[in-house]
Amino acid sequence: MSRALVVEEVGPQALVVDRGRPGWAHVGVPTAGALDGPAHALAQRLVGNDPDAAGLEVLLGGLALRVTAATTVALTGPPGGLRVRRSGAPERVAASHQPVHLDADDVLVVPAPTSGLRGYLGVGGGVAVDAVLGSRSADTLSGLGPAPLEVGTELPVGAPTTVPAIGTGAVGVSAVPDAVVVTLHLGPRADWVDDAAGRLRAGTWTVAPTGDRVGVRLEGPALERAPARVGEELRSEGLIGGAVQVPPDGRPVVFLADHPTTGGYPVVGVVDPAELAVFAQLRPGSSVRFAPVAPPVP
Amino acid sequence: MEVLPVGPEALLVDLDGLDAVAAVGAALRDALSRGELPGVVDVVPAARTVLVTAPGAREALPGVRSLLAGVDTTAVPERGAAGTVELDVHYDGEDLELVARDAGCDVDEVIARHTGATLTVAFGGFAPGFAYLAGLPESLQQPRLDTPRPRIPAGSVGVAGEFGGVYPRTSPGGWRLLGRLTADAPTLFDPDRDPPALLQPGTTVRFRDAGRA
Repeated sequence: MSRALVVEEVGPQALVVDRGRPGWAHVGVPTAGALDGPAHALAQRLVGNDPDAAGLEVLLGGLALRVTAATTVALTGPPGGLRVRRSGAPERVAASHQPVHLDADDVLVVPAPTSGLRGYLGVGGGVAVDAVLGSRSADTLSGLGPAPLEVGTELPVGAPTTVPAIGTGAVGVSAVPDAVVVTLHLGPRADWVDDAAGRLRAGTWTVAPTGDRVGVRLEGPALERAPARVGEELRSEGLIGGAVQVPPDGRPVVFLADHPTTGGYPVVGVVDPAELAVFAQLRPGSSVRFAPVAPPVP
Repeated sequence: MEVLPVGPEALLVDLDGLDAVAAVGAALRDALSRGELPGVVDVVPAARTVLVTAPGAREALPGVRSLLAGVDTTAVPERGAAGTVELDVHYDGEDLELVARDAGCDVDEVIARHTGATLTVAFGGFAPGFAYLAGLPESLQQPRLDTPRPRIPAGSVGVAGEFGGVYPRTSPGGWRLLGRLTADAPTLFDPDRDPPALLQPGTTVRFRDAGRA
């Protein structure tokens, strides 16, 4: 049988993701792609895939996949293991963050992590659904790309091109913290918020339960409009991932990969790109503080 | 022109009008297509701004700044250079009476003014294939609805503020609706087509009255 993954059980959300489809924002197409980019990249590397290969993003586990041919997989993201069911054998547990070799008809189970939100599954050869605008990523905002996985979904898998990584026991993994401090580059519209730097530095926010791939809303001290800007309306302007937008209620929203390409509320600052991935993993109730820094002068 | 940083890997060019946005957007896109801005990924014009992104390539931004320093913001690309699209409309939108009342005319006159306008795609956004059309007569420049509708059918033709637009797919929205494209209208967004969006920045758009369905 051809190489495929067959979905037998699915949790809250499981999506095909790769590095996304950048370069189409001017026609309203979000970047999409893996929210935790480094974890997705590591999963591809562990199974010997090209960095552009597609894998799966699994929100809070609950996913069971049958493989139709011998395959190597690797689970990254928060620490935890995956389980392998093979008929006639006891279920075995395999560690995350290393290649796991499966036989045809094995069923791999991705359980919910004990910290964090999203696991990344690499599959040798990559998930080979058709690309849309150069990417195989699902896009929950615009609906481009493959639909979320459902029981019965069959995903084609490409032929492996290189050997999986070996001797990778040295990948360090730690639990996702429940409190973070992230670097925030002020601007472009920090002047629309009253004492933006001072209030951002002083406040502590909590991750709201409504977060998704579009963005994470933060509850806590409201960021108020600067007196000089009260009543002024900002015209919609381009957004990027990591932008922290301040809607009229003053509760900031951190935009993630499926964000709309433009937005009409002021962006007070941008999370440093090297620190953004943690927002893919922060559970509701986690605490967020900002270390605001002056905008870089390129 | 003011150039504002958007984190370490993007810039926002703040401008004073749609013409300057068109000039700067075209200059950046031309440079990008000539390969002169390696590392730049997105150029996103909007109503008064152009966003330039260089994810993972912040070293590209000084080159963008020096290009911007030399851009003539009055060099608006020639109208129609990006082609002309004519779209047939059944003018039976839910807000036609409201638009007529606020325009101080009757419904037939709204249709005449809308079909008489030569519109230009200023920029895209909101949803794949959605284009903000500039050039509406002043009487049709009307506010959004106070309460957006949860579901606007694909092909709906509307106005909001200084812009006209057509919803490429069913979505929520707050624009005042004048009508809908005819069933045989071209697809506004097709990811398998090159380019995927029918309406590109600079494209000229004219609406035609197709009568009642």
